[in-house]
Amino acid sequence: MPKILTRERLVPNLHLLEVHAPEVAGKCRPGQFVIVMPDEKGERIPLSIADWDVERGSVTAVFLVVGTTTRKLAALKAGDEIPVFVGPLGRPSEIAAFGTVVLVAGCFGIGALWPAARALKAAGNRVVALIDAKADYLVYWKDRFRSVCDRVVFSSRDYALGSKEFVPGPLERLLEAEAPVARVIAVGCTYLMYASAQATKPLGVKTVVSLNPIMVDGTGMCGACRCTAEGKTKFACVDGPDFDGHHVDWDELFMRRKSYFDDETRSLCRYEETELP
Amino acid sequence: MAEDKKELAPELKEKLKAEFDKDWRKEQRKSVPAKERMKTARQKMPERPAGVRNRDFQEVNTGLTPEMALAEARRCLDCANPQCVAGCPVAIDIPSFVKLIEKGEFLAAAWKLKETNSLPAICGRVCPQETQCEELCTMKKASGVPVAIGNLERFASDFERLSGSMKIPPLPPPSGKKAAIIGAGPAGLTVAGDLAKLGHQVTIFEALHEAGGVLIYGIPEFRLPKAILKAEVDYLKRLGVAVRTSFVVGLTATIDDLRNEGYEAFFVGSGAGLPNFMKIPGENLVGVYSANEYLTRVNLMRAYDFPAYDTPVFKARTAAVIGGGNVAMDSVRTAQRLGAERAVIVYRRSRAEMPARTEEIHHAEEEGIEFQLLTTPIRYLGDERGRVRAMECQKMGLGEPDASGRRRPVPIEGSEYTMDVDLVVCAIGQSPNPLIPQTTPGLKMGKWGNVEVDWATMATSLPGVYAGGDIVRGGATVILAMGDARIAAAQMDQYLRR
Repeated sequence: MPKILTRERLVPNLHLLEVHAPEVAGKCRPGQFVIVMPDEKGERIPLSIADWDVERGSVTAVFLVVGTTTRKLAALKAGDEIPVFVGPLGRPSEIAAFGTVVLVAGCFGIGALWPAARALKAAGNRVVALIDAKADYLVYWKDRFRSVCDRVVFSSRDYALGSKEFVPGPLERLLEAEAPVARVIAVGCTYLMYASAQATKPLGVKTVVSLNPIMVDGTGMCGACRCTAEGKTKFACVDGPDFDGHHVDWDELFMRRKSYFDDETRSLCRYEETELP
Repeated sequence: MAEDKKELAPELKEKLKAEFDKDWRKEQRKSVPAKERMKTARQKMPERPAGVRNRDFQEVNTGLTPEMALAEARRCLDCANPQCVAGCPVAIDIPSFVKLIEKGEFLAAAWKLKETNSLPAICGRVCPQETQCEELCTMKKASGVPVAIGNLERFASDFERLSGSMKIPPLPPPSGKKAAIIGAGPAGLTVAGDLAKLGHQVTIFEALHEAGGVLIYGIPEFRLPKAILKAEVDYLKRLGVAVRTSFVVGLTATIDDLRNEGYEAFFVGSGAGLPNFMKIPGENLVGVYSANEYLTRVNLMRAYDFPAYDTPVFKARTAAVIGGGNVAMDSVRTAQRLGAERAVIVYRRSRAEMPARTEEIHHAEEEGIEFQLLTTPIRYLGDERGRVRAMECQKMGLGEPDASGRRRPVPIEGSEYTMDVDLVVCAIGQSPNPLIPQTTPGLKMGKWGNVEVDWATMATSLPGVYAGGDIVRGGATVILAMGDARIAAAQMDQYLRR
């Protein structure tokens, strides 16, 4: 079973998981994900890949603690083994010399966009990052982004980083200041991606989003992750996870992500009552 | 697509004849006159009562007793020209194993089965015998009721497993050659067993976290207990087969990467991916599942034991399962076991066209499954939370036969009606998994996304790469996949020794 090399809290509720998985590490490309299962009775969930190190043979993911599975992951320690850490899954993000690219990142997406930031810079783009968080203390990897991006802008609700607005306002201003922007890539919670796509649509700037529906096998077998993009049903695990944010049925995605809300609550209550020390 | 029934090959005929001519067989044949044999009634497979079993996940059939097996084996006439073997996709020497049972040598019968079939306890449970070996049985022609070959196969292999003497055949010296098997389903497990027995070093690469493919994620516990699959996989491991789970060939490593690691022969048995949907309104509502997802949640992920296991699945008051195949039967019976008050099969043709095994349809009926035949859904309706609450159906008539030879369903205008449902499972087939085709340059594909093979050898367009099962056929049965696998394994052996 794959062994955990690092599990640390980056900021409250956001954790980093580095797993020894040399074969996966050798194949990772920006935009791909892994499926993990925290223990033998656990659920399989997708996590975006935030980094990898071929020499160390390791793959890193950043995740937000929301339910039983992520709670279990957050309780793991270096040296523990994890029954499932399979990947890299999904189609890699398109990386090319586009011109100016604006990255909109929030939550686990700050980690998930890091490989794309690095690759886009290496491909010769002007890379501008807009990093959104509820408050200054919830932002991580500032230095990493500053080390490859031409410009890093923050938005947070607490004024601490210069703006208290959610993404649409700062994004619109960035698009104006950085015009012409060739594409926007938004990764984070569904609402952040939706809001980014809504903001860029009137301006006609291509906006790529990394969809995060519920998955089970992650290899195209089960169809749990189906979503509607460009008017057709797509399987996010094999057709995505990247899609054109202007042609996603967001209402359906929000709805399908909440499919098991009641069960998830029940499961989490049970976990906290019976399995937490 | 393929030639499913074959004439017996001359060398196989010779082999069967040699067994037929053995002294003990001659004596046993003579010991009971054919007339006597024909008078015995077919032994009925014991089952748990329908009203008990439809509320739990334990196995429906409990298996023949030794006395029943002896009586059933005695019904076999031990024909000089055993047609049953021609009906078996893996050409099991059926008369030999049945006659060993009659002789009371149950372990020897199991070993005879294993000469040609690595997974007899599974085939004895899930093969559609009535359209294969048993259809061609001489007793069927003579009396209308064939020998229960499938039940005997199950009996012998269960006897071996429960006796604790699962025998490992003597293995030849290692060939020093490495073969990679992609997918641990019925086809992959079969190739792995055959190649290991021929002395090759075999590794199975499996994307999921447990081996078995459709046998673990698809076929429910009440039809194929996981302990039986585990025993069959353990047997392969004892033959020296390595199983790498959570390894997606195409993504974790490509076929070319594996070639660079010294693997010379490959078998692609990656199975059915991409479940089909009807492309009707409301299909993405919450509570509308593909059969693959529904069964995977319940079987592989153990959602029936939620919240002890973390994966949830919807429990329904009224469950509608769309389709008429084995997967539809498995889904509808699962929904009922999870507590549905009404569990309904909705199928667009009539009972006669249903592709499911007769036994499964029969069991489903006994368990109280409703059948709405000549009916198709045309639209699903949701509530304010996006959960399915009803489906609109249309009645169908039957027109002229289509390409499959079955009469084509034709919608009847004005026959629409609405039915309240809170769970829908679409079991209308699937397309081959796209991952290997997408990531293997030069692999020739057919028009349905299937891998193209030469049916005589199961060779693909790439040297050393063979394929079989659903990745080639699109959606078939366990035993057809295993038949492909046996052909491929023999060819791969030759290729490795070239």
